[in-house]
Amino acid sequence: MPVEIYLNVAVSGLLTGLVYGLMALGLSVIFGVVRVVNFAHGEMMTIAMYLAVVLFASFKLDPLVMMVPIAGVLFALGYVMQAGLINPFINRPEHSQFILLVAIAIIIVNALLIIFGPDARNVQTAYAFDSFAIGPIIIDATKTYAGLAAIAVAAALFAFFQFAPLGKAIRACADNYTGALVVGLDVHRLYALTFGLGAACVGAAGAMLVLIIDVTPPLGPAFTLLAFIIVITGGLGSMPGALLGGILIGVTEAMAGLFFAPSAKSMFAFAILVLVLLFRPQGILGRRLT
Amino acid sequence: MKALALEVPSRRALILLALAFVAVLVAPFFVNDYLLTILIVIFYFAYTAQAWNIMMGFAGQLSLGHALYVGLGAYTTAALYVHFGVAPWVGLPLAIAISALTGAFIGFLAFRFSIAGVYFAILTIAFAEFARIGFDHFNWVGGSAGFFLPVANYTSNDLWTLRGRPIMFYYVMLVFTLAALVLCHLLLKSRIGYFWQAIREDEEAARALGIDTFRYKMIAVVLSAGMTSIAGVFFAFYYNNLFPEQVFHISRSIELILAPIIGGIGTLFGPIIGAFLLTGLAESIFELMSAFGWTPPGAKQVFYGLCLLVVVLLLPEGVWPPLARKLGLDKPSSDKPEA
Amino acid sequence: MALLEVSGVSKNFSGLRAVQEVSFAVPEGVIFAVIGPNGAGKTTLFNMIAGVFPPNEGTITFAGERIDGHAPDEVCRRGIGRTFQLVRPFPALTVEENVIVGALLHRQHVEAARQRAHEVLRQLDLFDKRAQRASALTLPDRKRLEVARALATDPKLLLLDEVMAGLRPTETDRMVDIFRTLNRETGLTILLIEHVMRAVMALASRVLVLHHGAAIAEGKPEAVVREPAVVQSYLGAEAI
Repeated sequence: MPVEIYLNVAVSGLLTGLVYGLMALGLSVIFGVVRVVNFAHGEMMTIAMYLAVVLFASFKLDPLVMMVPIAGVLFALGYVMQAGLINPFINRPEHSQFILLVAIAIIIVNALLIIFGPDARNVQTAYAFDSFAIGPIIIDATKTYAGLAAIAVAAALFAFFQFAPLGKAIRACADNYTGALVVGLDVHRLYALTFGLGAACVGAAGAMLVLIIDVTPPLGPAFTLLAFIIVITGGLGSMPGALLGGILIGVTEAMAGLFFAPSAKSMFAFAILVLVLLFRPQGILGRRLT
Repeated sequence: MKALALEVPSRRALILLALAFVAVLVAPFFVNDYLLTILIVIFYFAYTAQAWNIMMGFAGQLSLGHALYVGLGAYTTAALYVHFGVAPWVGLPLAIAISALTGAFIGFLAFRFSIAGVYFAILTIAFAEFARIGFDHFNWVGGSAGFFLPVANYTSNDLWTLRGRPIMFYYVMLVFTLAALVLCHLLLKSRIGYFWQAIREDEEAARALGIDTFRYKMIAVVLSAGMTSIAGVFFAFYYNNLFPEQVFHISRSIELILAPIIGGIGTLFGPIIGAFLLTGLAESIFELMSAFGWTPPGAKQVFYGLCLLVVVLLLPEGVWPPLARKLGLDKPSSDKPEA
Repeated sequence: MALLEVSGVSKNFSGLRAVQEVSFAVPEGVIFAVIGPNGAGKTTLFNMIAGVFPPNEGTITFAGERIDGHAPDEVCRRGIGRTFQLVRPFPALTVEENVIVGALLHRQHVEAARQRAHEVLRQLDLFDKRAQRASALTLPDRKRLEVARALATDPKLLLLDEVMAGLRPTETDRMVDIFRTLNRETGLTILLIEHVMRAVMALASRVLVLHHGAAIAEGKPEAVVREPAVVQSYLGAEAI
């Protein structure tokens, strides 16, 4: 096959991978700070995706434009979930937290199934079939916009955590829970804020992703798993790691789809997961776990 | 998560147990066909719940990919039957061996490399997904189009080839469940049961007491996997069709763990009570909804999710331990120690 | 030949020398104490003996065989029992069940383990509380449970990590009594880390003092506590 095809596929995978990375970034932020494993992460993304579908179908609103309000809705959802349900679970054993989120995930998936039915939905904007040509490479316009949007949101998030006082306060909680309490930070509120932020990432990612792939209710669990694979591969607690992991998985999946049957491409993601867990459990950019 | 392994059960408990035993023994003769199928499903979940409970409740390892073992057991015996005419009971040892080896492999990977907790759970999910996609392409057993066992209208019951009417399957599943119950009871009181519970409570402290935690965790995983694959045999021969998309799907794995979590992880009767409660309630509600003509797909799952939510929020030990205390079943009948 | 021989043992943690070439020997039947200010490396030393991590240099020999680098469960099977500084009972199990777990190490049958557990519980004065859940015990009781559990594994050497911490003087005396009796009646060798000097003086026949990871004194308790280097390490140079 000519090299251009590989390049096209790889670039396409990279762009999609950036969106995956943004989704995983949300998970990494949540786990890195609140230390809760959000098993409902992918399901939250499907909520965002369906929201985008509805907004587009009813009002012809471009998901990329709606990205901010959708992210806002998801922020509120995440905040409420953490403040209302999850905060009391901080000190419960790990598997209890996990199961709480599994329960929420089950409810979300099946509620969506009841509301929207099992058929696939997506959003086809006016520029859905446009593409850019850069040298020998042809890239989808939607993927390009999505990829760029993902980078923009991720950058905004980095900046927030690096420079904003609230962001620094959240990092303080992550580093030292007791210390944060001692200096008077309202840790529970900060946790809720963080979960909201993570959910907002997922919301933004969903708004972008719906331009690229179709949404069905079972997509939720599939993306939860993918988010975990990305975060573990890239490094738990590392924000650049999440993006890197996303790109890695995006490209791998795209290339695997080229060489093997498209349905088998998830197997490569799992293979990567097993390899990472065996040989570098802290992930590519993660800090070494004690 | 105290194991209610009653050493000298109270008279009340024994009577209740005897009554329950008689009830399940004669149930098929008093219920209609529909209820019989419900009971079969209940005992299926009661059995798999106990097998899963060994890994989680006894040894403390959270597996979210147990459908893998059901599927391996199902496909192995089904393939042997359809392609070579081998009866399911003869194929069973091979099915168990394949599942046990798979479990051993996953366990070894996890425990040798200190993958625990959430990471372990994700690993188990990944393996089940791997199997799901793999079997989709495994054409010798039908691939994604499905694998089918020959079905006919059965007037007689052939236990050897598991061809027959539902009542036969009921007793098969009942026997499995009772056997599992006895096994779990014996295990809990045994040396290995104590070691498992120690590992579950505090693995490092257990190691400081000389317990080879790697070995005992492996035993729990292998035993759980092997036991679960037996349910797979039942699955294949009762439903007569296998689709990787369904058999290995994460929903199956999650259904499997609902009963023991709701009933009470680590307890002896919790998983069984959980199965009765969950399936019983679900079917009743479903019946009610059908009466009103509202049967959306996914409604049952939403119900399961809500049950799980309620239990995890309000009844962290599960339903059985508080219920047993209320019924006064946890007091042994022997003399109490001096206060 | 001593029961436990620690020879030239060192441990570094990313550039921090936690233990520096420490050597000492614990003869059989002796109660040996390791003392020193916080951060002196006592628990690190203990953890190396117990197998939690291997030393970077040096050897540890028990009953004539090398044990450095062996896993904790292997070390216990060889005959070294240990308690933890922050006690770790099995919360959902009863006191009796906790000790049975220990007793099962060298016994195949639960009944035999139960007999041994009862024996140990009586020695530690916990027999009456055997049906209580471990999570419901007070701190002094939990400490005794920790010791009982380790004792049930029939160790030749018992490692006690600050077992008196947090106990009132009467409870401390009770513990001291229990250990004295065990040592006298069964010949159990005990190696203890301790801050509570009352217990050290009452129990130990030999004391090792660590400071900044190095051994600065060893000998009889009365002599060691009067050595200038020891006093200085605890109180600072101005105190001399």
